[in-house]
Parts: sequence; structure tokens; C-alpha cells
Amino acid sequence: MLKLAIASGKGGTGKTTVAVNLALALDQDNVELLDCDVEEPNAHLFLKPEFQSCREVGIPVPSVDLDLCNFCGRCSEVCAFNALAVLNDQVMVLNELCHGCGSCAYFCPEKAITEYKRPIGVIESGMVGKLKFGHGRLNPGEAMSPPLIDAVKKMSSSERITIIDAPPGTSCPVVTTVKDCDFCLLVTEPTPFGLNDLDLAYHMASKLGLPVGVVINRSDLGNDRVEEYCHNKGLPILQKIPFDRELAELYAGGEPVVLHRPDWRSRFRELFERIVDRQEEVLRQ
Amino acid sequence: MKLAVCARGEGLGAQTDQRFGRCPYFVLVDPVSDEVFESIRNENAAAAGGAGPQSAQLLANRGVDAVVTGNVGPKAAYALKAAGVEIYTGIEGTVSNSLQKYKEGKLSLVSDATVQAHSGMKNDK
Repeated sequence: MLKLAIASGKGGTGKTTVAVNLALALDQDNVELLDCDVEEPNAHLFLKPEFQSCREVGIPVPSVDLDLCNFCGRCSEVCAFNALAVLNDQVMVLNELCHGCGSCAYFCPEKAITEYKRPIGVIESGMVGKLKFGHGRLNPGEAMSPPLIDAVKKMSSSERITIIDAPPGTSCPVVTTVKDCDFCLLVTEPTPFGLNDLDLAYHMASKLGLPVGVVINRSDLGNDRVEEYCHNKGLPILQKIPFDRELAELYAGGEPVVLHRPDWRSRFRELFERIVDRQEEVLRQ
Repeated sequence: MKLAVCARGEGLGAQTDQRFGRCPYFVLVDPVSDEVFESIRNENAAAAGGAGPQSAQLLANRGVDAVVTGNVGPKAAYALKAAGVEIYTGIEGTVSNSLQKYKEGKLSLVSDATVQAHSGMKNDK
């Protein structure tokens, strides 16, 4: 089934609004929503799911047996992230820099390094009526989000349409989120920042070979440069959401728009059809 | 005795750098003879993280006995202590000036961090 990522270069453009409303507008027993913005997940605030499971996620970090270690420094040499320093007869392990790649343990000639799991966050899953929901919560102060994002994505069940709410930006967490999806929907706004970050996000998605479509939020504010940009790049604008006080009020109250406005339910269903059409069109090419 | 001075360039005439982990060069000198053993370009200066402990490791591998710097952060202080490298703070001017201060006993021997993590980044003006 289709795996759809909702992303944006700029934060606050409306990724979660689109993800939540799209998920609720479709047939619930055929959809799953995963919130991969593990640094500040917020889709649950709108969906209010009942969580049925919670699991801790960790990354493997090194533990050095000083009785076996001969302080040769090989572990520090092979670590690409400066997570180990060998100082005379001590080995300093900087867990917060460790990416969990396992190189130190693999290359240690004395087999003095074993790995243990250091918790970085939790994944939770549950239901919102018939809609499946899952998200991750990164521990405060933690910088290493991709392993947790991978764990959220692994919850995906292939028999449902998967809608993934991505973190903002274009760095590692976003790449981890969108890389193996079938389509990347980019949400933007018609402002200079919106345009600049749409350009960055489009380049990222293109590099990953993902078909892309654009949603312009607050489309009647700002200027026409985003539309011109999409036109010039051949990027399809799949939906425009005007600046509407009622939509903003629903959002501020934590209420999904489609539950209160049947007209928007139809519009989000149409958006989904356009996404599927576009994806099939790109596949044919 | 091998002393490492945090510097912005090579040799005794170079300006000192207040940062430990991210100083561009370490000038290794003999405080008795004023002889420069070598000026090491600090590859850790641009590291994403862990510059302090890596720099401590670098100096430990070169057999440095003491480092002369402006400030030292918590991880660097821990690593230097583990490596048995003494830490002196209070450098200013050139490497030569700081060497003089060291010889006159005007630098402070510290055993703990003098600044918080990443504070050195603010000193590079």
C-alpha cells in the first residue's frame, strides 16, 4: 500500500494539519498515521488516540572491558563521531556522540568492546477508532533521533495506506523519515521563507528520487513566487488551503477540520486522489 | 618537560587561542630551553562534537606533560586528567609571552573545568 510522507523545509507550514486531516478523511480501517517528528510529536494532540503499547528504543553503545583492552587506540581511530578517546590507561566513552554503528566493537583487536542498549526514547501505538496510530517520543536532551524514527517506521503495516508526518527541515531526521516512501507531499506557504525552504526540501526529495507534490497553506496570503517556482520546476500544486479563521480556531482547539467541516473532508479525499494519480503518472514515466 | 600551548598559528610568535579543544594549533615547547618541538595543526578544531577529549588524546599520544590554555571545558578537563596532563590557564598574547608567564609562575594550575561545555565557541571573536 502507498506510503506517503508529509514533509516541509520550513516548520509551522501545516504538515500535521494535512497529515491528520488526510488520514481522517479516508476510510479509517484502511489507514495508518505515523508521527515521525519524534522531537516534538503533536499529531496525537488532534487525534487523542488510546495507546495500547509503549516500548523503549535504544541504540547500541560501547562498553570497554579494561582487563582486555591494551589501549591501542583503534576504537577511537575508527569512530567517525569522536565518541571514544583513549587516554593512557583509560578509555573515555562519550555516549551522546555515539551513533551506534558498532565499528569500535567490530575492529577492536582484543575483543574488549561489547555493546549495550542506551535508551533514547519510546514508541507508542494505539487506535483512534479504526485508524491505526503510532509515534515516537525522543528523550529530552537527546540528539540522536534517526534510530527512533526508524523504529516508528517499522510499526507500519503494509496492508494499510501509511501517512507519515515528517519532522521539519532537510537534515538526517527528515531524510530518515522520507527515504523509502512512495511519495513526498511538501507543505509550504507563500512567503519568502516558505519558498526558500520549499526549494531545499524539493532538492532533498529529488536526490532521494521521490515523486513530489505541493500543498500551499494560507495560500491567499503572501505573494505568487511559490506558485511561479512550482510552475517553473514542473511541480504539481495538489491543494491550496486558504487562510480561514474557522480553520485556525479549530486547529487552536486541537480539533481536526474534517470532523467539523464536511466540505473539507471532500477536499482532503480529492487531495489523496490527486496524490495517487500523480504517483502513478510518475511511475509510468 | 613538554608543554602544549593553544595557539592560532605555528611557532613561538603565534597568537595564543583561549580555547582548548578547538584551537587551530598546539605549539609543543620545552619551557627550559624554549625549544619548539613541533607545531601541530589541530584536526579536531572543526569536529562536530568531542573536540576536547580528542585533543586530549592527541596531546597524550605526543607525550605532553602539561597544556597551557585560556579555558577548558568539563569533558576536556576529565580527559586531560585521565591522560595525566596538567592544565594551566591564563594565557594571553603570543606563545612566547605565555611561555614567559608559565616560567614566572603566573599561570593557574587547575584541576577542573573553568567553563561550561561548548563555551570555547563563544570566545572565537
